[in-house]
Amino acid sequence: MRGDELLVVDGVKKYFPITRGIIFQKAIAQVQAVDGVSFSLRKGETLGIVGESGCGKSTLARCIVRLLDTTDGRITFEGRDITQLSRVAMRPIRREMTMIFQDPYASLNPRKRVGFIIGEPLEVHKLGTPAEVKTRVQELLEVVGLNPEHYNRFPHEFSGGQRQRIGVARALAVNPKLIVCDEPVSALDVSVQAQILNLLKDLQDDFGLTYVFIAHDLNVVRHISDRVMVMYLGQVSEVASRDQLYKEPKHPYTGALLSAVPIPNPELGRQRESIVLEGDVPSPVNPPSACRFHPRCPRFVEGHCDVEEPPLYPFGEGHVAKCHYPLERWPMTAAEMRRRTTTAREEPVEA
Amino acid sequence: MALLEVKDLRTSFRTEDGIVKAVDGVTFSVEKGQTLGIVGESGSGKSVTCLTIMGLNSRKSAISSGEALWKGKDLLTSKPSELRGIRGDEMSMIFQDPMTSLNPVHTIGKQLVEAVQLHRDVTTRVARARALELLKAVGIPKAEGRIDDYPHQFSGGMRQRVMIAMALINDPDLLIADEPTTALDVTTQAQILNLMKRLQNEFGSAIIMITHDLGVVAEVADDVVVMYAAEVVEQAKVSDLFNRPQHPYTWGLMGSLPRLEVDTERLVQIPGQPPSLLRPPSGCRFHPRCPYVMNVCRTEDPPLVPSERDATHLQACHLDQETKDREGSKLVEATLAGAG
Repeated sequence: MRGDELLVVDGVKKYFPITRGIIFQKAIAQVQAVDGVSFSLRKGETLGIVGESGCGKSTLARCIVRLLDTTDGRITFEGRDITQLSRVAMRPIRREMTMIFQDPYASLNPRKRVGFIIGEPLEVHKLGTPAEVKTRVQELLEVVGLNPEHYNRFPHEFSGGQRQRIGVARALAVNPKLIVCDEPVSALDVSVQAQILNLLKDLQDDFGLTYVFIAHDLNVVRHISDRVMVMYLGQVSEVASRDQLYKEPKHPYTGALLSAVPIPNPELGRQRESIVLEGDVPSPVNPPSACRFHPRCPRFVEGHCDVEEPPLYPFGEGHVAKCHYPLERWPMTAAEMRRRTTTAREEPVEA
Repeated sequence: MALLEVKDLRTSFRTEDGIVKAVDGVTFSVEKGQTLGIVGESGSGKSVTCLTIMGLNSRKSAISSGEALWKGKDLLTSKPSELRGIRGDEMSMIFQDPMTSLNPVHTIGKQLVEAVQLHRDVTTRVARARALELLKAVGIPKAEGRIDDYPHQFSGGMRQRVMIAMALINDPDLLIADEPTTALDVTTQAQILNLMKRLQNEFGSAIIMITHDLGVVAEVADDVVVMYAAEVVEQAKVSDLFNRPQHPYTWGLMGSLPRLEVDTERLVQIPGQPPSLLRPPSGCRFHPRCPYVMNVCRTEDPPLVPSERDATHLQACHLDQETKDREGSKLVEATLAGAG
């Protein structure tokens, strides 16, 4: 393990029990929201996590910052295992990693003034006198492109994009090393979305931040990430550098996702045939056997994909994909995708 | 004659803070079998335009003027009973959120049967057969087994299919789809868009597609209307709009999209926020955010006129044609270069 790894997530699982009964509760089933996810993140890097709703990306985010306790696995932050730390022991680490939430309307307390909302993390961590906190908050407002004089306003006096800037300022207040962004721009209009994405990039350059950036929009993830991880039903399907993933995806699910994104160009968009997946994402309570993607996969091989779970096969530097029959090239049409020419991969992933 | 002709449509709402002009002089027409895309950000008036046409605004607070000619008959002056006869029959609507637009306490079969029997004097058995036929047409697997299920037993994509089935059940001539795929995942969105295209070929309905997503418009629309702050700023055939965009707002929208097929370090951002419609800016409503703003923009509202190059390409901007051509093609080249 190299020394510049800020965050290492190793085999993290999060199962939510489904209970029955009021007094004598017993678990009758489990939602396998996150099921064995591993990745590591270097300082200053941005890891994008994409997947459809219900694939476990938000649960994973909450596990990373310990808003949820993991069922199994280990999270190491700056070389220290934080999985089992108590609330008190966790507190200093909360200064190092913060979070930006999806909904700028729901994540700010409507009864508190903006100055208090942004300054609260500083008070919690006892960073400075009230006067110092105020100066710092005004500085932060300026950094995120808001007027420092708006210190005494309430959240409802701001538009959606401005509120998300307040959320960003709050996450920045304690000078964190890692910011976990959970769908930070999906509730915003495109023109405002571009402003926030540019802001996040600028802040990364200025303060050397590391991001975990979660989104369902592949365009947005491509724009901001250095590496991208694709999740399906609580598991990792593919991880690669951004250019690798978008230019040479190996997993059929990644291919289907990429081809489903509408292209804002009528000529290109209409000559391309998108690979339309059948059906919906299965339930994480009772996930399909072996490869979880097999019921929807155009390259499904009976007796193999539904029996033997594929490992994360390596494809060059840092590129892994969980598929026995990876894509030969990209782009390809739906018919080409069904026509497998590769034989099953044999070699397992190197540890 | 166009199927639907909207002329100088205006809708305002009385609110506590004053009059909000949500739609301010919108004109367009929809031909049989065609798809019209209406693009704009939240608050640009695209949804209100369609709600006004359908007569679905609150009678208490909304004031509308202008004309919406449906097969030559003005919908704005029609009686509520006449509108009820048209809505859901000749003209129907798909709403954005499939979670909240179905009634949770009735089975989808019952809701579909109701939609048929409101307009057709048929037995429940016939209506149910029709409902089943439509559920199959929109690709609900094992439709016979699912017709008596409740909405909560369906996933988001499946519910949106049920909504589409309900909208198409009486063979409408026009289908208004208000952000039909916004609440859905990309793979489901691709399924629903393919389905709508296929059904349009089969049933020959015209579609008005309201969306904020330029990608969706590029894939499905024949003509596009771009709205900003309650007004139309540009209106053109889809290929003209994407190949020769004329309005700085359209450029901003296109530049601010992160794209799969193009490498960009930094997105072009439109500075500022969309304006409040209580007190819209003077002159051109886009002028406070426009990088090309001139003095005339601050005082005079540019009319929506054909561009000098093309009579079917309407735009509302004071810039001279040369600048528009130059800046527009610069943007298009930048995006095409990456697409290589």
